[in-house]
Amino acid sequence: MILVANIIIALFMLVGVFFTVVTVVGILRLPDVYTRAHAASKSATLGVLGILIGVFLHFWWIKGHFSIQLLLGSVFLFITSPVGGHLMSRAAYMSGVKPTELTVGDDLAEAIGEQKSHEEE
Amino acid sequence: MKKNNVILQTTAKVTFFIIFLFSIHIFFAGHFAPGGGFVGGLLTTGAIVLLLLAFDLETVQATLPFNFTVVIGIGLLLSLGTAAGSILFNVPFFTHAFAHFDLPLFGDTELHTAMIFDSGVYLVVVGAAITIIQSIGGDE
Repeated sequence: MILVANIIIALFMLVGVFFTVVTVVGILRLPDVYTRAHAASKSATLGVLGILIGVFLHFWWIKGHFSIQLLLGSVFLFITSPVGGHLMSRAAYMSGVKPTELTVGDDLAEAIGEQKSHEEE
Repeated sequence: MKKNNVILQTTAKVTFFIIFLFSIHIFFAGHFAPGGGFVGGLLTTGAIVLLLLAFDLETVQATLPFNFTVVIGIGLLLSLGTAAGSILFNVPFFTHAFAHFDLPLFGDTELHTAMIFDSGVYLVVVGAAITIIQSIGGDE
């Protein structure tokens, strides 16, 4: 029984560590701010979430301690981390960071141009 | 250009309550677990700063209509009063007392006068930090 519990905990931990490593590789190899924010906010969230759930299950099943803080922490991270990524890439766009050469379309520029012309009228 | 902060403001409204409740938990857990007045006060300040980031200064001041310099005074009075109250019982300054009570919802609870001292620390930390941030962030 302990063996099965340990295997499940180790699986969550390994998924968490794997996605954290994927985040680092993504930040190093992707070409511009927006793709890096994409890598950082998504897979880092999943990575830390996996590690937190692994720790929570370890303390619940092995140590017999139900830690509500770890659950709250994972919910909190799940809410805040994508919003942080959104705000950073929006701030980068507003301060004029150009996307990579490979970009095909830029719909946000059209939306901002429309809003500016509305305000001038 | 008009700022479109719907995502930030909605998230701030939800996370404010999570951070605030956690700061209350940290404050009350301080006697038997890591935590206490200082960390709890700083976490509450962090929750209010999150509201300050998402909304502007006037909105937050209208939502929390306290004069935070008075909050510092109340906190110092609580701490000093707890320390000085021990003199009335003919024991040295700063002697704390505790007892077990059977409260209706909590069961057997240990109530300690260090808690009152800690709530003084909490109020001083919240008041000082918010005063600093409001006076730096204000335009006028």
